[in-house]
Amino acid sequence: MSIIIHKNTKILVQGFTGKIGSFHAEEMIKYGSNVVGGVTPGKGGMTHLNLPVFNTVKEAVDQTGASTSILFVPPAFAADSAMEAADAGIKTCVAITDGIPSHDMVKIKRYMRRYPKDKKMGLVGPNCAGIISPGKSMLGIMPGHIYKEGKIGIVSRSGTLGYEAAQQLKDLEIGVSTSVGIGGDPINGSSFRDIIEKFENDDETIAVLMIGEIGGPQEVEAGKFAKENMSKPVIAYIAGLTAPKGRVMGHAGAIVSAYGESAIEKVELLKECGVTISKNPSVMGETVKKVLVENNLN
Amino acid sequence: MDIHEYQAKKILSDFGVKIPTGGIVYSPENAENKAREIGGSKWVVKAQVHSGARGKAGGVIICNSPLEVADATDKLLGKKLITNQTGPEGKIINRIYIEEATDIKHELYLGLVFDRSSESIMVVASTEGGMSVEEISKEKPETIIRSKIEVAVGIQQFQAREIAFGLGIESKLISRAANTIIGCYKAFSELDATMVEVNPLVVSHQDEILALDCKMSFDNNAMFRRDEIAELRDKTQENSNEVYASDRGMNYVSLDGNIGNIINGAGLAMASMDMIKLAGGEPANFLDVGGGATPEKIVKAFKLISMDTKVKVILVNIFAGINRCDWVAEGIVQALSKIEIKHPLVIRLAGTNVEKGNEILKKSNINYIEASTLEDAANKAVKALV
Repeated sequence: MSIIIHKNTKILVQGFTGKIGSFHAEEMIKYGSNVVGGVTPGKGGMTHLNLPVFNTVKEAVDQTGASTSILFVPPAFAADSAMEAADAGIKTCVAITDGIPSHDMVKIKRYMRRYPKDKKMGLVGPNCAGIISPGKSMLGIMPGHIYKEGKIGIVSRSGTLGYEAAQQLKDLEIGVSTSVGIGGDPINGSSFRDIIEKFENDDETIAVLMIGEIGGPQEVEAGKFAKENMSKPVIAYIAGLTAPKGRVMGHAGAIVSAYGESAIEKVELLKECGVTISKNPSVMGETVKKVLVENNLN
Repeated sequence: MDIHEYQAKKILSDFGVKIPTGGIVYSPENAENKAREIGGSKWVVKAQVHSGARGKAGGVIICNSPLEVADATDKLLGKKLITNQTGPEGKIINRIYIEEATDIKHELYLGLVFDRSSESIMVVASTEGGMSVEEISKEKPETIIRSKIEVAVGIQQFQAREIAFGLGIESKLISRAANTIIGCYKAFSELDATMVEVNPLVVSHQDEILALDCKMSFDNNAMFRRDEIAELRDKTQENSNEVYASDRGMNYVSLDGNIGNIINGAGLAMASMDMIKLAGGEPANFLDVGGGATPEKIVKAFKLISMDTKVKVILVNIFAGINRCDWVAEGIVQALSKIEIKHPLVIRLAGTNVEKGNEILKKSNINYIEASTLEDAANKAVKALV
């Protein structure tokens, strides 16, 4: 099994008829994802890419049985759309949108607390590349062909750095079970810890590559979780060794504002948790390979 | 986005926080008049630059007459203030804030930030006002009070009271202090702030609770709904290349090295900078042209890097996902036909259609060094320096 998305996962596209939504919906369909329709308020009843368009997520879920959605809605309306998905019974929503205000993210997360754990939507992102289970389904904006089917779980803040890792692994003939982009925002739907826990519980995944960066506590929290709860090896790379303190490095969340948030400090804290560190971004693949060999996992 | 002290004070006072009487001036003559208008016998002349630690850098001057106020203003206006937060280049002083001096009894610290662990708003307070929060956490961590606020209902009176009592404020001033804390919280939550810091918050001998110095930052992502905040931006306080970039939708941070970077994706950009450092070089900038990396964006990126006089070598590292390398290569060729680049150029393309992309570059007449991996690119860029 892969995590979160599988071969038959039914997918809705929120912001379906827009330029970006249309483009990536087509790419996902080409990859083989089971896109069953989309939502654009006011355009319900239309057909787009040969698929039905609905006015509300509830309607779309009722009529298609979709469990998952991907969100391309502009920042000003994205929080509203994510909450709509949560209320309609969507299990996983991937928010691609870049530029959602932090106050809105806090609001979404607070809103979702009203649902009991088994009914609570998993939000991934925003400002992320999405999720891919190679050979099965793509729920994101990544180039699907660089991912080889296999057994490594990838979780990354950055999109392009996640691609870099997938390519390095592919060049070494190592495949990926699922790759999850959790996005570069300071407050995000799923944390590193949330995702590596899923990888730990996944039969197919044998090791996890975590690609973090400066800012925030999530990488170290995941490291602590791994130390206490994981049987599978975790390999990590942390970007931003040269990033100056107090400056935002592209991602809204990539800013060092407290102890433990710089790349050097995170690397040290992760090592203490037993995480293997990829010394530089050029050897992420090699480091994974080395760990696989050491653990007789290849 | 950061704003000036006087702007932040105006905002807080709109939310019921008391501030000393003051006004903004742009000339010494103006300053003298403002001092007379404010009245009293002692004034503080404060350089308005986007930085803390202005006092230590000579940016805050206490004056005993309107004439002294004029002199102090004259001394500061148009100068660059170099603090431990501005970097060696400093920041230009274009505005001066004149304020009545406050008769201080106690100096306290009050800050509000997002707490990324609990994903709520956190109020941080301490009895050790005047020191930076980093210094307080290092030297007097036991004085720090933290209070998490539930955003759905906002700050409650009892929470504000607890903080006020924790700060050792006299009983008769508790409700005044609590209202100050509530005012700061409201400003934070209603205006899409990411940071409010009142340091010091003072108790005066006249039993007033006053915000004596104040910093506020706002979420750039929320500016679409905060026109009134967006117009407070002072571009003279930002690096000019960074302003050029942000006005054109690029993420750019100026750094001290001499290897200029053009990269797609923030993570890959940070990673490329790291590789440059490991290879023995220093990056001149962080630049994320965005996941799309369209030819137009590549042209703008080259323009931006060519404006930086520190740059001696340019490194382009694009991992083409949905956009293809051949398309990116065409963008590079197009850019170089418009902009003359005198420095060595290292290009690494990866991802979709990489062979086609490299072929386009080779067939063009641009002079460049081809690199295959991240490491190779960084090594070649550093080598090209000599």
